[in-house]
Amino acid sequence: MNRYPLWKYVTVALALLFGLIYTLPNFFGESPAVQVSSAKATLKIDEKARERVASTLQLAGIENTGIFLDSNGVKVRLRTPDSQLQAKDLLEKQFNPDPGDPQYVVALNLLSSSPQWLTNLHALPMYLGLDLRGGVHFLLQVDMKGALTKRLDAISGDLRSLLRDKTIRHAGITREGERLLIGFRDQETRRKARVVVEDNLSDLSLADQGEGEDLRLVATLRPEAIKRLQEFAIKQNMTTLHNRINELGVAEPVIAQQGADRIVVQLPGVQDTAKAKDILGRTATLEIRMVDETPGALELAQAGQVPFGSELYVERGGMALLVKKQVVLTGERLTDAQPGFDGQTQEPAVHLTLDSAGSRIFKDVTRDNVGKRMAIVLIEKGKGEVVTAPVIRAEIAGGRVQISGRMSTAEANDTALLLRAGSLAAPMEIIEERTIGPSLGAENINKGFHSTMWGFAAIAAFMIAYYLLFGLVSVIALAANLLFLVALLSLLQATLTLPGIAAIALTLGMAIDANVLINERIREELRNGSSPQAAIHTGYERAFGTILDSNITTLIAGVALLIFGSGPVRGFAVVHCLGILTSLFSAVVVSRAMINLIYGRRRKVGSLAIGQVWKPAGSSVTAVK
Amino acid sequence: MEFFRIRKDIPFMRHALVFNVISLLTFLLAVFFLFSRGLHLSVEFTGGTLIELNYAQAANLEKVRESLGKAGYSDFSVQNFGSSQDVLIRLPLRAEQNTARIGESVMQALAAEAPGATLRRVEFVGPQVGKELAENGALALLLVIVGIVIYLAFRFEWRFSVSAIIANLHDVVIILGFFAFFQWEFSLSVLAAVLAVLGYSVNESVVVFDRVRETFRKTRGLTTSQVLDHAITSTISRTIITHGSTQMMVLSMLVFGGETLYYFSLALTIGICFGIYSSVLVASPLVMWLGVSREQFVRPKKQIEGADKDGAVV
Repeated sequence: MNRYPLWKYVTVALALLFGLIYTLPNFFGESPAVQVSSAKATLKIDEKARERVASTLQLAGIENTGIFLDSNGVKVRLRTPDSQLQAKDLLEKQFNPDPGDPQYVVALNLLSSSPQWLTNLHALPMYLGLDLRGGVHFLLQVDMKGALTKRLDAISGDLRSLLRDKTIRHAGITREGERLLIGFRDQETRRKARVVVEDNLSDLSLADQGEGEDLRLVATLRPEAIKRLQEFAIKQNMTTLHNRINELGVAEPVIAQQGADRIVVQLPGVQDTAKAKDILGRTATLEIRMVDETPGALELAQAGQVPFGSELYVERGGMALLVKKQVVLTGERLTDAQPGFDGQTQEPAVHLTLDSAGSRIFKDVTRDNVGKRMAIVLIEKGKGEVVTAPVIRAEIAGGRVQISGRMSTAEANDTALLLRAGSLAAPMEIIEERTIGPSLGAENINKGFHSTMWGFAAIAAFMIAYYLLFGLVSVIALAANLLFLVALLSLLQATLTLPGIAAIALTLGMAIDANVLINERIREELRNGSSPQAAIHTGYERAFGTILDSNITTLIAGVALLIFGSGPVRGFAVVHCLGILTSLFSAVVVSRAMINLIYGRRRKVGSLAIGQVWKPAGSSVTAVK
Repeated sequence: MEFFRIRKDIPFMRHALVFNVISLLTFLLAVFFLFSRGLHLSVEFTGGTLIELNYAQAANLEKVRESLGKAGYSDFSVQNFGSSQDVLIRLPLRAEQNTARIGESVMQALAAEAPGATLRRVEFVGPQVGKELAENGALALLLVIVGIVIYLAFRFEWRFSVSAIIANLHDVVIILGFFAFFQWEFSLSVLAAVLAVLGYSVNESVVVFDRVRETFRKTRGLTTSQVLDHAITSTISRTIITHGSTQMMVLSMLVFGGETLYYFSLALTIGICFGIYSSVLVASPLVMWLGVSREQFVRPKKQIEGADKDGAVV
């Protein structure tokens, strides 16, 4: 009765093998590496960049143990930290010949040194949290209210020009909180205005208010429009953050949305919080200016004589361009920039939307400058870059601008991104910050590791002393539990933090409960006079119900933590919940398989090595091996 | 080896009243301290800034305080953290201050009077985060309680689920009482420990209840208190061994885990000790007084109508 069918043994063996393979990468540690990634949205890292890295290193005679290309960029694994620094300097020089205008991010990184065949199986080591590797963590709150008022202000401008265009007289437009109030003198005008607004601004929901001479139309943004606005704001802020963080040269920054209006930024390895904050909080500005097309001026400027009132810029793509200093429009007037296609030619294009004041200025400027070029300049850190410099073909009214011609779809995408990245959609505020020094990280790993190890050793020693062979089996099952847990966490690519390690330790401490229950039950059966085989059988059988019940209550607590916990608590909860599930398998199935292998095949079992079973019946204590 | 050589069932239930009075007193004491002293909440809950510094030699805390005072900070606390070289500075939230620069400005202030410090860790938490954490913590606690009550009512009987949850909430309140009395820092990880303990000690009660149900079904002619005595006695060895093992792990964290895991493991230690006590000596008497009896578990097939007298039958 204590025999498992072959498939059960095979399952256990496979599970152990799986656990071993996916746990393995965590033991190889990390080796120094250098990572080259793109600093600009327009620059893609491809096979060519990989070859360039390889040839650069080869020329300098720096040995490497592998060059990989992935979505983040090119990574080179090196043998020593010395050659890592050497390689970084070399690549920095090669990829960014002009340090003032870096095209690529060359950063120090760590790569897992696990062999290639493991990586091919997607067996990767766990990612270490900031508290274990050091770095900076920010939680940013996006001010959605600010985004909303900004949008409403833009809309009120649109309303004004819309009503003017249709020659509808209104008695003023004001914003009151999150509503826009449009005043009217008589019913008829209000009715007309309502029709016009409904036709043109579908984002607004309208309501009538007031009576007599004092009539009003109350406009509010529709809930779906607000939702869209918020999604757009957070997305754009993340894009902008991404661009800025690239400059810090962080190998693996984490920029993720948390909840509806928060962004988490984690910069592993960064210690200089001040610089990080400067860069995160910086605002870039976008300016539209006219190109100085005076004949001969460009040549003169390139020779060093820049005409008064103009500036020399380099267009993306390397062409020199002389741009007037006078600003036609700033990025604040730009409400949106989206990639798309030209309505007639089907060429890729970028569609810009300007607010009403912007549209008016733009209309005047384009009317006076048909045939000339204008430049859109992105100014960041006081340094400008011409994003694009299109030719004005006709007067543009209505605030909808299209830039097209000689553009690929990818270029249109990138240009739109750059235009949008000009400013943050909504203001942001740092509401949580954590900086962890690298030495503290290393110490935390050590502490976590030691507490788990000594705790495990103490439990193992006790279990073996108290339950002998059954104790040994329990300890092996507990070790298997640890193996499964680490394997699962690695497979899920979970981030390991100190609370996570604490959860592993605690889970192991609690998981032994199942084996204690089983062993005690078997002893009890023996005490009641069952044969060894029957005792094993009923012991496992009876204990299982109890184990299940008690684990489920623990799981309920874990799930609650998972739902409501944030940050470190969530890490704790993930490990705790997974640990409970793995312990069910290891404590019941794995340990039973071992016991079955040991005792199940024997026809006659004289005694079980489960330690002393004391029987109250007589004074003669039946000592069992 | 066999630690527990028990010839007869131990008459736990005979002293049930005594145990419950002791529990009630501890509980009331804990509540009293919770209200009179309050919890010493960490920066994560209150908002504020936490700065950990490390000096090459033993730090001069007086100097650190002096220079912070000179730099215009108030209401700060400076203390050693783990060793005499490590210093922990806590600064309250202040509206007018540029929180983004607080780490640097503290370092600058210290550079004059107490130089040689390296910045180990800065933690800044804004006011809105703290409030949310407290709310989420309370919600998590509520979810655990409701979840466990429903599960136990479904698996056993409402009497069991009510006594289990009362017994274990009593543990939670006592842990909080300890933290309030000693003014230990109550941080997020302590909250996690408290919730983990709640799940863990309910699991303890479940093991005992499981035995109670089994004993009711198997034997006849025993009074309820005898059944409870028998269930507790036959699981006591497992209870002590399991808790001992878990405690070994927690002890190891307490010793080797450093300052960060210290209060976490302390909360677990208190939880484990009181968990044994409460599930054995609080939950069981409660079950008895709520009127558990054999009929609730044994339902002879012939008298289905009659069995339903007491409400829920599992």
